[in-house]
Amino acid sequence: MAKIVGGINVTHVPYIGRAIANKTQQDPYWKPFFDGFPPVHDWLAKQKADVAVVIYNDHGLNFFLDQMPTFAVGAAPEYQNADEGWGIPTLPPYPGELDLSWHLIESLVEEEFDIVTCQEMLVDHAFTLPLELLWPNQHPCPVRTVPVCINTVQFPLPTAARCFKFGQAIGRAIESWDSAARVVVIGTGGLSHQLEGQRAGFINKEFDLMFMDKLITDPLWVTRYSIPDLVELTGTQGVELLNWLTTRGALLGEVAKVHANYHVPISNTASGLLAMENV
Amino acid sequence: MNGGKQKRVIPGTTLFDGDMARKGYALNKMCFSFNSAENRAEFLRDKEAYCDKYGLNPQQRAAVLSLQVLDMLAAGGNAYYLAKLGGIFGLDMQDIGAQQTGVTKEEFKAKLVAAGRN
Repeated sequence: MAKIVGGINVTHVPYIGRAIANKTQQDPYWKPFFDGFPPVHDWLAKQKADVAVVIYNDHGLNFFLDQMPTFAVGAAPEYQNADEGWGIPTLPPYPGELDLSWHLIESLVEEEFDIVTCQEMLVDHAFTLPLELLWPNQHPCPVRTVPVCINTVQFPLPTAARCFKFGQAIGRAIESWDSAARVVVIGTGGLSHQLEGQRAGFINKEFDLMFMDKLITDPLWVTRYSIPDLVELTGTQGVELLNWLTTRGALLGEVAKVHANYHVPISNTASGLLAMENV
Repeated sequence: MNGGKQKRVIPGTTLFDGDMARKGYALNKMCFSFNSAENRAEFLRDKEAYCDKYGLNPQQRAAVLSLQVLDMLAAGGNAYYLAKLGGIFGLDMQDIGAQQTGVTKEEFKAKLVAAGRN
């Protein structure tokens, strides 16, 4: 059976794409962010993952409000990035992992998560940039991928408790996949930030640090908050922490922290990185 | 419009719920079209005609033509789609943040840096 080697949660701000393209990773603005990654690269090199399940949210590249799934799973042989309209470079396609896609789909529906399935799916910066950060300058990406998209655009969003259970179901699906693959689960987005309204620029460092800590020791802690509570505490886009929580759910059982980094600001966002493995 | 359920009020924040999604559909659909370079060029050639093509109402049209983000939000715009419109004018998230909060871009950036020190 496949093995889950661990989980990595990481911020996905579009602006990161420009820093990578312009090779400004060591500029004073970017250094505290990019310097968080080498320990995670070392850990990944040891884990020898072949497959990544990437839990993210689309920002209006693949999905529009005409059809907005709460949970969607990709089942394509490869995933194309495309013009998102804000001038960041378009990246080469990412290889899919069709066997795991369909195993996930069957297993999730069996567990009563009635997901949308996508045999064609464009992936935006929330999928591509974390892979670029974790496997820099490697094209094609050295892992085969399965995108899992969660709606964080149009309310109502799935509750934190539902996302945690969804993650657990993803974890059980991976572990029951008849394959020798080594799978890493990646959650993207967050942490606290708000792009719109008079409260634009809102950041809550205290909550972010508590959330990162609790994700290791007591992941159900955050499920006490409703989605509007989480918006109030972390900003309208801070709710992307649902992707982090889903990833934590997929790591069934107890986990330990491999490495963490937190830096404010990247663009308008509190950036976070948290690698975890089962103990 | 929301089945009588009390809405949560978070100052300076609008939850993009069903009411906003209904209200802003045409505006958001227009902004979604800006994923295409061809459409961005068409918009720049004649902004008013492009707004008409997508059936924007007068409130949405005025907000787009004056590039006032808070007005676009009030007209049902969603931040993710509006950002694509901002991109056409080379506005980044600090420009948009500064405009919405009524400060200069430098002041807005300083506020973000301060949030990291707390």
